[in-house]
Amino acid sequence: MSEPVLEIKNLNVDYGLGDQAVHAVRDVNLTLHRGEVLGLAGESGSGKSTLAYGLTRLLAPPGVVSGGEVIYHPEKGEPYDVLGLTDKQLQAFRWAETAIVFQGAMNSLNPVHKISTQLTDVLAAHEPQMSAHSRNARAREMLKLVGISADRMDAYPHQLSGGMRQRVMIGMALILQPQVVIMDEPTTALDVVMQRQILGQLIELRERLGFSVIFITHDLSLLVEFSNRIAIMYGGRIVEEAQANSLYRDSLHPYSKGLLSSFPALRGPRRELAGIPGSPPDLKAMPTGCSFHPRCPRAFEPCAGNIPVLGNPDTPDGANRTVACWLHPVKQPVG
Amino acid sequence: MMLNPETGAPANEVVLEAIGLTKHFPVRRKLRDLFNRTHDAVHAVDDVHLTLRRGRVTALVGESGSGKSTVARLLAQLYPRTAGDIQLHGQSTKVKGGRQFRQYAARVQMIFQDPFASLNPVHTIRYHLTRSLKIHHNAGNSAEELEAALNNLLTRVSLTPPERYLDKFPHELSGGQRQRVAIARALGADPEALLADEPVSMLDVSIRLGVLNLLRDLKERLNLAILYITHDIASARYFADDTMVMYAGRMVEGGDSESVTQSPAHPYTRLLIDSAPDPDRIANMLGDAADRGNGEPPSLIKPPSGCRFHPRCPMAMPRCHTDLPVRLEIGDKPGHWAACWLYDEATVAAQPPGSAAAGHSPEAVTVAADAHPEEVR
Repeated sequence: MSEPVLEIKNLNVDYGLGDQAVHAVRDVNLTLHRGEVLGLAGESGSGKSTLAYGLTRLLAPPGVVSGGEVIYHPEKGEPYDVLGLTDKQLQAFRWAETAIVFQGAMNSLNPVHKISTQLTDVLAAHEPQMSAHSRNARAREMLKLVGISADRMDAYPHQLSGGMRQRVMIGMALILQPQVVIMDEPTTALDVVMQRQILGQLIELRERLGFSVIFITHDLSLLVEFSNRIAIMYGGRIVEEAQANSLYRDSLHPYSKGLLSSFPALRGPRRELAGIPGSPPDLKAMPTGCSFHPRCPRAFEPCAGNIPVLGNPDTPDGANRTVACWLHPVKQPVG
Repeated sequence: MMLNPETGAPANEVVLEAIGLTKHFPVRRKLRDLFNRTHDAVHAVDDVHLTLRRGRVTALVGESGSGKSTVARLLAQLYPRTAGDIQLHGQSTKVKGGRQFRQYAARVQMIFQDPFASLNPVHTIRYHLTRSLKIHHNAGNSAEELEAALNNLLTRVSLTPPERYLDKFPHELSGGQRQRVAIARALGADPEALLADEPVSMLDVSIRLGVLNLLRDLKERLNLAILYITHDIASARYFADDTMVMYAGRMVEGGDSESVTQSPAHPYTRLLIDSAPDPDRIANMLGDAADRGNGEPPSLIKPPSGCRFHPRCPMAMPRCHTDLPVRLEIGDKPGHWAACWLYDEATVAAQPPGSAAAGHSPEAVTVAADAHPEEVR
């Protein structure tokens, strides 16, 4: 495995303060390696978007990062903790080192400005020494990279289709050549055909430019196809993390299994699927112990009382994966 | 029991039928159009034929903007139609509102996509269901009968025990529970047909199948005809008996779900199936998307001539540019058809497939020569 580029250690994110606080992300340990696509899957309310906003320090109040570290390893130089950066350092860090493509990115373009203005704006802020001409040239080049002809530079967002707007957003995120790109449900609003085209392009760009991706989505079947590793979140915690293939073929956590069997297959035999009974937990009133135990078909007595620790399970490929479940005794806890 | 359907109705009886259903939405005219005669319109739905049978689920699959929701709203008589006919048990129906509409709604009910928006936040579940029962005269004559009917409705959608849910407000329920209440409300009218417009796309993935399984169960117990509108062709295969595919306002393929998804005939259906996420496939989407048809759905104000898919189709022939394809039998299974000139032998013999495609490439021709897409991959 290549060297890490982003290490999340014991990250905790709360909404609100004191006793009223809702713990949206709890004790998350996650490492993103250089050049890999890390998929983050979970249902709504599992804390996957909150995790992304927490680690980029984009959380709006009442969201607070209440503990942990996010160690970023720049291409050259010493690693540093993102959570300890001053405002000025943070400004330089954002976009240049870590870019984010938001949920519903189609609507995050400013409708009253041309695409060209919005693209060059970033360059003007981060590389003020650049001339207007070279900024334009750079923006043009970026658009070409994401498959939009350069004559659309002067278009307004409403003149572009949803897919094209999404491409502009991806181009915009990549314009400063960041090391890490976080994509928060980037294709949820798009049709499957467009989704595949855009993801194909993203994979191609990643191979060419060598950035790492954290890909957040609820569509696990998409992640299995596109990402190298997958982490599954439930109730604010990571419950399982493994290589995409091993997670798909042989998932250990009952929740991962349930999630995988929630997608009807397009090929192979038609079989009866059940999904997962019950509904996702309320973060304000989390169950004791393992937060999945009220819905778990295999819950037994320790599940209700004790929170399982995330760690390497006692399986042949145990060194490469982690799981937090009492069914799988942990050889070595993480963090 | 008032809620039971008329028993003894033959299975597969046609409940609702759309014949040549067409809907054009007028476009606001600009000042410069004031003096010319043309009236632009969005051709949202053109010439749709659809049959809903008792005890069967028919899926309507398509991308956003393909007109699938418009079809549901036309069938629910929420929009007046431009042309064509809607027949309920063989009788042409056209209702504008008032008592006629209520009579129609008692037999054809709709379930909407977003259960967060389709329930009134200031009213309890009891209120929603009571209204549905009273409007459609299923509430009985006494408070006890009403209470029994309410309990029965909630039990049907597996919200048990009913007392726990009756006096709750929508915000106290999860998305899946809310959608179940919306289904119970539709059942309160004791309908024969349910029109479900993306009933699970707003729900969490882990509970989608629960709602689909519930709908299937209801279909079997109450002998309902269900129209299931979705953009997810895999769920259509799972849930529906028959599947129809729509593209840019027209039906392009139809048949039983298994043959439509396992041996898709129309190039658009193939594109749709190849684009669906498939964990069993190793990520090699680079390149293979290009020869399966790129681009985006066309403008429906001035739809393409001939086949509406021809500008994107890798197998387009000259005839596709000019002539509207008719429904042609594929021949692998009875009832499997596609509106595509590829299945007209005379056309294929005269004009090699792919000869008029936008990105004409030799591979496209070999793909077209093979009628079985599985073997192509």
